Amino acid sequence: MNSIPAPTIEYGTLAPLLVVFGAAIIGVLVEAFAPRYLRKAIHVPLTLLSLAGAFALVLVQVLRGQVSTTASAVGALAVDGPSLFIWGVILVLSFVCVLLINDEGHFVASAAAVPGSADEEEAESAGGGHTEVYPLVLFAVGGMLLFPASHDLLMMFVALEVMSLPLYLLCGLARRRRLLSQEASMKYFLLGAFSSAFFLYGTAMIYGYAGTVSLPGINQALARGAALDPLLMIGLAMLGVGLMFKIGAAPFQAWKPDVYQGAPTPITALMASGTLVAAVGAVLRVFWVGLGNLDWNWRPVIWGVAALTMIVGSILAITQTDIKRMLAYSSIAHAGFLLVGVMATFGTAEQNASSLKAILFYLAVYGITTVGAFAVVTLVRDPGGEAGHLSRWAGLGKRAPMLAGVFAFFLLAFAGIPLTSGFFGKYAVFAAALDSGTQPGDSMGGWMAALVVVGVVASAIAAFFYVRVIVLMFFSEPSADGPAIAVPSMGTVTVIAVSLLVTVGVGLYPESVLGVADDAARSLFIR
Amino acid sequence: MTTHYLILSGLLFAIGAMGVLIRRNAIVVFMCVELMLNACNLAFVTFSRQVGNLEGQIIAFFVMVVAAAEVVVGLAIIVTIFRTRRSASVDDANLLKY
Repeated sequence: MNSIPAPTIEYGTLAPLLVVFGAAIIGVLVEAFAPRYLRKAIHVPLTLLSLAGAFALVLVQVLRGQVSTTASAVGALAVDGPSLFIWGVILVLSFVCVLLINDEGHFVASAAAVPGSADEEEAESAGGGHTEVYPLVLFAVGGMLLFPASHDLLMMFVALEVMSLPLYLLCGLARRRRLLSQEASMKYFLLGAFSSAFFLYGTAMIYGYAGTVSLPGINQALARGAALDPLLMIGLAMLGVGLMFKIGAAPFQAWKPDVYQGAPTPITALMASGTLVAAVGAVLRVFWVGLGNLDWNWRPVIWGVAALTMIVGSILAITQTDIKRMLAYSSIAHAGFLLVGVMATFGTAEQNASSLKAILFYLAVYGITTVGAFAVVTLVRDPGGEAGHLSRWAGLGKRAPMLAGVFAFFLLAFAGIPLTSGFFGKYAVFAAALDSGTQPGDSMGGWMAALVVVGVVASAIAAFFYVRVIVLMFFSEPSADGPAIAVPSMGTVTVIAVSLLVTVGVGLYPESVLGVADDAARSLFIR
Repeated sequence: MTTHYLILSGLLFAIGAMGVLIRRNAIVVFMCVELMLNACNLAFVTFSRQVGNLEGQIIAFFVMVVAAAEVVVGLAIIVTIFRTRRSASVDDANLLKY
């Protein structure tokens, strides 16, 4: 009998993950055993502390220079420089999102009660919302951490589901406009499950081609195998569908506006920031680590997807009348800008590091601005919930100049006006793309320049609808029965203040974040 | 020898995908997604035989667990929406658009 060797697990390296998942499991136990009135009092510190603790553990690894250069957990996970940067960003973003989630009144008291029924009234009068939200958020955050760090496609599939399943449920838990919320939840679930089936079938095909699902293994198989194998082509296309769905790239963007509109706004903030960061990280890893030897094959496709995404996102945003839908289309457009950066990650390590730096920087600054913008959206309220319709925002600048000013600033950052963090994000990504086009041996040199032109035009179109909202807020008369401005809680104030500070601060001193992104990118993805 | 199984897996996947696109009942749509996952499992096991390692069979187990978790979440969502609307048709859920 051969004995099975015990696998080695690098607990120190994986500690941030273990803390988040451990806290999520304790959260489930709290739901089971703690009395109802105590639950929130336990969940809030538990959730915030675990996220802060995980962030501290990430910092410890970075500061002590212990960034690992080999894959962890028997090749299942790669906690390299870019992974750690993405983890840090996700943990900060989810921390501020949890501050938003803490606010009273976002979540339904009993999701199982039919809207308008006696059951619902009873649950409402008992007070409070679902406290299951906290462990669900932690599981989702754990999945987000796992997703970009997965070193093989099986791990990535499991991470994708761990991230998505709690989010499907969270989308359906809005207290107001429950029909919309439930519909968003169902649409997200059915489309998400559909796309992950594509991801999985793609994985199966690539496994058939390469005989392994580990990303470096696939890359080695590509180096020695016939590159035009139908199995590989089918697998690549289907894997791409699954990944592009998650970042909401056109033509797989249809779920995004519906889900963003229907979901409770703090959850929308979490999805628009954390999920996007995690998914872009995973896309980068798959295309650079797993399919790096096939770049002349996937880059033209990503070119088309990126151009289409930018154009669709920014043009459809113009026609929107709901503020959350508009932000959803803006998020689609930004996914397109990020894909421009993904196009530039190929070839030599140096080339890769410089484009990677741009994308990491973009992810960090875009994520935090998005959370801030959604935090403002939670404060503008009608009797029936948040004032979603854009016409309700007319004249907000006269009724609440501070709030409208902050929101206008966030919109300018999305548009990429200089002196905001968004400007440097866009500049970095476009510069990296142009740079890559001048690399010797790049067959797509001219195409890269064309893509940047498309990106700049799309930014200009996008700027139009951001400015339109600003004009609406400041230069039109408020209606007599305009929306009420809720008195923000401490948590919401903190979220908005932090987002504003980062957006302004990075706008003035981009080196601060850019330097960290550079360090992270330099160590590259483990190949 | 394994080609037949791959063709079967491809057919199952196509039937599932078709079903998701054309069926109107959320439960049936969901069952079609599960069919797609099972087609993946068949493909994994077949390839495992073909390339001669056990990875594919292990993956099939993972997929089963994930599919079970997905059923739990999915049915919860569909049952909630059915109780609200007295209908599980995906066409009736049309409040979110444009």
